[in-house]
Amino acid sequence: MNTGFQFIPPHASAMSWQVDWLLLALLGLTIFFTVLIFFFIVLFAWKYRARPGHKAEQVEAPMALEIALWGIPFILCLGLFWWGTRLFLSASRPPAGAMDIYVIGKQWMWKIQHPEGRKEIDELHVPLGRPVRLIMASQDVIHDFGLPAFRIKRDVVPGSYSVQWFTPTAVGEYHLFCDQYCGAQHAEMIGKVVVMEEADYQRWVAGSVTDGPMRQGGEQLFVNMNCMSCHGQWAPTLAGLYMSRVRLADGRTVQADDAYLRRSILDPGADIVAGYQANQSVLMPSFRGTLTEEQIDQLIEYIKSLAPAAYLEEPTTRPVSNGGADLELRKPGEGGPPPLTPDPNKPVE
Amino acid sequence: MTTISYIPSTSRRQTYLNVGHTVKSWLLTKDHKRIAVLYILSITFFFFIGGSAATLMRLNLLTPAGNLVLESTYNKLFTAHGVIMVFFFLIPSIPATLGNFIIPLMLGARDLAFPRVNLLSWYLYIAGGSLAVWALLAGGVDTGWTFYEPYSSTYSNGWVALTICGIFIAGFSSILTGLNFIVTTHTMRARGLTWFRLPLFIWSLYATSLIMVLGTPVVAITLALVALERIFGIGIFDPSIGGDPVLFQHMFWFYSHPAVYIMILPAMGVMSEVIACFTRKRIFGYKFVAFASVAIAVLGFLVWGHHMFVAGQSAFEGMVFSLLSFLVAIPSGVKVFNWTGTMYKGSIELKTPMLYALGFIGLFTIGGLTGLFLATMGADMHLHDTYFVIAHFHYIMVGGAIMGYMGGLHFWWPKITGRMYPEAWGRASAVIIFLGFNLTFFPQYLLGYLGMPRRYHGYPAEFQVLNVLSTAGASILGVGYLLPLGYLLWSLKRGALAGDNPWNAAGLEWTTTSPPPSDNFDQSPVVTEEAYNYARIDAELVASPIPGAI
Repeated sequence: MNTGFQFIPPHASAMSWQVDWLLLALLGLTIFFTVLIFFFIVLFAWKYRARPGHKAEQVEAPMALEIALWGIPFILCLGLFWWGTRLFLSASRPPAGAMDIYVIGKQWMWKIQHPEGRKEIDELHVPLGRPVRLIMASQDVIHDFGLPAFRIKRDVVPGSYSVQWFTPTAVGEYHLFCDQYCGAQHAEMIGKVVVMEEADYQRWVAGSVTDGPMRQGGEQLFVNMNCMSCHGQWAPTLAGLYMSRVRLADGRTVQADDAYLRRSILDPGADIVAGYQANQSVLMPSFRGTLTEEQIDQLIEYIKSLAPAAYLEEPTTRPVSNGGADLELRKPGEGGPPPLTPDPNKPVE
Repeated sequence: MTTISYIPSTSRRQTYLNVGHTVKSWLLTKDHKRIAVLYILSITFFFFIGGSAATLMRLNLLTPAGNLVLESTYNKLFTAHGVIMVFFFLIPSIPATLGNFIIPLMLGARDLAFPRVNLLSWYLYIAGGSLAVWALLAGGVDTGWTFYEPYSSTYSNGWVALTICGIFIAGFSSILTGLNFIVTTHTMRARGLTWFRLPLFIWSLYATSLIMVLGTPVVAITLALVALERIFGIGIFDPSIGGDPVLFQHMFWFYSHPAVYIMILPAMGVMSEVIACFTRKRIFGYKFVAFASVAIAVLGFLVWGHHMFVAGQSAFEGMVFSLLSFLVAIPSGVKVFNWTGTMYKGSIELKTPMLYALGFIGLFTIGGLTGLFLATMGADMHLHDTYFVIAHFHYIMVGGAIMGYMGGLHFWWPKITGRMYPEAWGRASAVIIFLGFNLTFFPQYLLGYLGMPRRYHGYPAEFQVLNVLSTAGASILGVGYLLPLGYLLWSLKRGALAGDNPWNAAGLEWTTTSPPPSDNFDQSPVVTEEAYNYARIDAELVASPIPGAI
């Protein structure tokens, strides 16, 4: 990290350059209008200064000028709006095949876990050149995972997942700031992002793993919480579920992404899968307060591991669900792990 | 305008100031002018409390480790600074002081429509302010002035409910003042004073009043819900008891973004009066400027989501709010262009109010344009919650609203007190504030771009140079604000007698004596011409150059 005086923060991703180009355009606009206004103020204040023999001349603003003063800024604004919005949207859509890293914010630290199992606090190690998707949750208040070298940040709001992504393009260490005020030691909720060569990262992520991969922890929870006593029997199977499209009892069709899985664990009544609404007595209980944020992340990582690998690579070409039918197991041999249990795919009558 | 005969000021003439000298005659007054003076004294008190908090913050930020105060103290300082400056200084600043004093005079009325309600407004403001100061003395609050959930309800240990209670009560003061101004503008205009003959100060305060009446109840409800959740544990915003923290932000900013326009619109009104007078011209594009005020008030209600681009609202919501935020920038730009255009072919005198006005235009232009950065989603995702945001809104609220207030205070000071302030000191203060302000806040734009988050008690070492510059600027700014406090007080006894119209300004307020009598006008004025008819005034001055007579 460069600790000397600087005017431009480091660039660590392609996005950081794109944001800077946009900022430069905005700066150009700002300088243009500021200089224009200052120039005319100084010019008029001198040229039309009150002095003996000089009289003010009442001039009406010509309509064409007034319309131009509304119109030209309006067109400039539309252009900037469009540019900024497109950039934001591309920063909001992670590319297919991004590696997931789980982030949990709490007063006043960042707990980070890699799917391979390695955990770290207030540091985020990432490999050079691979898109990284951060799946972020908060245990208490709102935090914000701010990465100035990547020109991105997102609030981490308790009660739901926030997602952001970036592709590191320069090896180095960069600031990580909590940007949303979160209480007494907000200013100490800082850390660093360490961008490493792929080989270095592989060595790093394999070293000092204490708990094994996150999906193993998730599988253990799945057993301990007795989830399989229902799922795969009279509740929907979870094999192949991740990122598939699910038709719900109320007619909506949703994609089974991280946010959906999280909601289904904490608030199972919110999105009932079509065909499973019949029997109130076997409805899934909420696991809010029972599971920690880490455990929810592990369960989701486990459910992801049950999806065929092909589905993880190309999220857009997934088949559209038609009711409970596609909740059946994917055919073996598609690359996914073995199915849990045969799925009767019928709720208990 | 009616011509009234010139009466030399004498100390024996009855004025609103000498009708009574007892404390009771002030505390039970129903005279809008006396209530305005009560407000001037009280907001000045709050300004210096809020300013002291800012001073301690800037001193603390001289070093990366933040050696002056503890982190928890720092958090309470920025909360106190924000709460006091926003709710107890900026929002009442121009409307409750200059607006209260000048609106009836400008309209040719004897008072506001509801004089008792006006006094009640002041008492509510004082009650709310007292609770806020009590909370501060009892140990303070550390939530930030934004009270973000669930921190404010579940996690903060400070005096949140008491502070909220203070803001809630002061909110009613704001609502009643707005209501009073709206009714007064509709019903108490002098004969012949049609809507398009109104001074632009009235237009902008009318627009401000609409926001006060329509917006303030929402923040009152929001803060009441926070207090309910905090005291009784009713789940509204805290997700752990079934609430939604993003809902809080929607409700909070639904008021608190328009509140920015409560602060800036009145200053824009002052600008129009001052610039017209010191260029001796009618305002360029009067109707455009008038309607721009209304456009700002209306559009200002539809842009709150630009505070939440990265806070968890959907990208689609973000798009809509981004577009509307760009649109609200346009009427503000139109005003700046028209004020600058007003100077064209004028006869410009750089007296103190005009210097403040020109400072306003410059700082407001920079503040407004840097606001576009934050309205642009792709730029906001880098700049959000950094010092860039701090710099931007201080350019608007300090560079805009306070420069406007200072300009207006100097402009109408002779009318309010009957005395002139010392011109050289006035000019010096305007220049010092302008320079000190820029040195304080310009480095903060750079800090924000570099990534320094707001509300940080300390920071990485590479940010120190810019922070030291900012603190140096703040000390100059502090001097700039103490100067007027000194010379304005001095002028109350020692200032030259002002006469009724020292600026030879247009506007009914200048046709009465300085200071005005209790019921404002000896005869109800009749208006026969547009606002800002400086051509006629200057022609009559040439014909009969008696100072103070028109």
